[in-house]
Amino acid sequence: MNELISSTVTILQNELYKAIYETLIMLAISFSLSLTCGTVLGFVLYLTTNGHSVKSKIVNKVTSALVNFIRSIPFIILVVFTLPFTFFLVGTKIGPIAASVPLAITATVFLARLVEIALAEVDKGVLEAAYACGASESLIIRRVLLVEAAPAILRGITVTFISLIGFSAMAGMVGGGGIGNLAVQYGYYRYETGIMIFTIVFLVIIVQIAQHVGDFLAKKLSH
Amino acid sequence: MIKFDSVNVVFERKNEQFTAVDNVSLQIDQGNFYGIVGPSGAGKSTLVRTVNLLQRPTSGNVFVNGQNVTSYKDKELRDLRLGIGMIFQHFNLIKNASIFSNVALALRASNTPENEIKNRVYELLELVGLKDKADVFPNLLSGGQKQRVAIARALANKPKILLCDEATSALDPDNTKEVIATLKSIKENYPLTVLFITHQMEVAKTLFDEVAVMEKGRVVEQGSCYDIFAHPQSQAAKNLIKCSIKGVIPEEILAHEKDLYLITYKEECAYESVISYISRQFNLDISIIAGNIEYIQKKPLGRLLISLKSSDEQSKAKALAFIKEKAFVHEFNGEI
Repeated sequence: MNELISSTVTILQNELYKAIYETLIMLAISFSLSLTCGTVLGFVLYLTTNGHSVKSKIVNKVTSALVNFIRSIPFIILVVFTLPFTFFLVGTKIGPIAASVPLAITATVFLARLVEIALAEVDKGVLEAAYACGASESLIIRRVLLVEAAPAILRGITVTFISLIGFSAMAGMVGGGGIGNLAVQYGYYRYETGIMIFTIVFLVIIVQIAQHVGDFLAKKLSH
Repeated sequence: MIKFDSVNVVFERKNEQFTAVDNVSLQIDQGNFYGIVGPSGAGKSTLVRTVNLLQRPTSGNVFVNGQNVTSYKDKELRDLRLGIGMIFQHFNLIKNASIFSNVALALRASNTPENEIKNRVYELLELVGLKDKADVFPNLLSGGQKQRVAIARALANKPKILLCDEATSALDPDNTKEVIATLKSIKENYPLTVLFITHQMEVAKTLFDEVAVMEKGRVVEQGSCYDIFAHPQSQAAKNLIKCSIKGVIPEEILAHEKDLYLITYKEECAYESVISYISRQFNLDISIIAGNIEYIQKKPLGRLLISLKSSDEQSKAKALAFIKEKAFVHEFNGEI
C-alpha cells in the first residue's frame, strides 16, 4: 500500500503540472474557438431554417449537412482525419496545440446544434411582438433571441465544456498530452492504479465545478 | 385610417387549402374604436395581422392612412410597423428582460437615442401606472399588469393605430377591467385608431364604437356597436349575443316556459312602461322572466324576457304588434 502511494506521488510530482498545463492549453484554445464559432454557426442554422429565400435554403442545407457529417465521425477518427489540416494550420501534428484543432472542430458543431435548439425554443409570440414593433433583424437577434435563449445556450455551453474535458483525455492518447494522457500512460499501460484513481477524482471534481458554475449562471439569466 | 379591400388569406396545409379570410372589405375611420367580433376560428386574428403584415394577404389590398402597404418590404415595412402598435392575447413580453428593457425595445427599434430612452420609458410606464415596476421581470406581474406593459411598449413610438388581438381573452374579469380602463383612458387622451379583436361580448359592449361581425372568414354584419347589440341581423351576431344572454337565464326556465319573447327597447323608448300598458290594454298575463338595462356607447339598452300568456290569439297578436312599435321583439325559444 505504502509502495503504491509513494510511486503515485513520485509520478504525480514529475508529471502532474505538465499534464494540467497541457489540458488547460487544449481546453482554453478549443473552448474559446468553439464558443464563438459554435454560437455563430448555431445562429446561422436557426436563422436559415425558416428562411424563404433560395439563398437561405442553400446555406441551411449545406451547413446542416456539414455539421451532421462531422458529428457522425467518431472523435478518435476525426483526430486522425484532420491531421493534414492540423499540420497545415499549426505546423505540427503532436502536442496540446495540435490536439486543440480537432477538439475545436468537434465542439463547434456540437455546440452549434445545442444553440440552434435553444433558439428554436424561444416563444414565437415574443419574436412576433418584436417584429410588430418594427425592430430590425439585428436588434431582434441581440435584444430578443439572445436574451430569451441565454439560459438554454449557457446550459449548452456547459455540456460542451464537459464533453471537451472528456474528449481532451482522448486527444491525449494521440499525442496531445494532458490529464487523460497521464491516466492512459501510467494508469493503464503501467498498471499504476493510484494514478488512475487520482485522475478520475481530479476530472470528476472539475466536471462538478463546471456544471455548478454553468447552472448558477443559467439560473441568473432566466426569469 | 385602415381599409381592407377584398382581402383574402388562404393557408395551404398538406395540399389542402383553407380560407381564413374570405374577401373582406372594411373601412375603419380615424379615431374609431373598432371591434371585430366572432367565434374563435372566424379569421379575426388573421385579418388584423394583415394590417402590419405579420400576415400577408393572399390577394387584395390593405391601406393604412391612404397608402397601399400590401407589398411593403424591409425598411418600408419596418417604418410602417413603427407607426402601428400591437398587443397580443399572451402579452408576448421578453421574459428574461426587465419591464424597462421590454418597453425600451420598441424605442430602440425606432433608433431613439440612448439618452432619451430612459425618460421616455418612464413616461410610458407612468401612462399605464407601472412606473414602480421598471426593474421587475415579467413573471412577477399579474396578467393585467403584463398587458399594460405590452400597451406601453405598443405606444412607445407614438403610433396612430393600435391593434389588439384578443388582448383581454387570457385575463380574469378583474384584470380585464383593469386593461379596459387603461385602454379607455389612453383613447381619451390620444388620437388613436384602435382595431380590437375579441370573442368576449362583455368587452365589445364596453369598448367599441363600431363593430364588424365575422364568421367563417367573412364579415357578415357591421354597424354601430349599439345597433348590433340592440337589433342583430345576422345569425352569427344573434348567436354571439344569445351566448351572453343565456348565461343569465337558467336552462330550466328555457325548457319549461313557452311563448317566450325577448324584447329589446329602442333607445328612445327605454324608459317607457310598455309592459304594464299592454297588460292593461289587451288584458294579458305577462310574466317577466329576466330583464336588464345596460349602457352601450353611453346609450341605454333595455332587454326584457317575457312570457305572454293568453288564450285569445287575437289580442296576443295585437299586443305584439304594439310592442314592435316601441321595441325589437324576437321569439325566444332558445333562439333569438
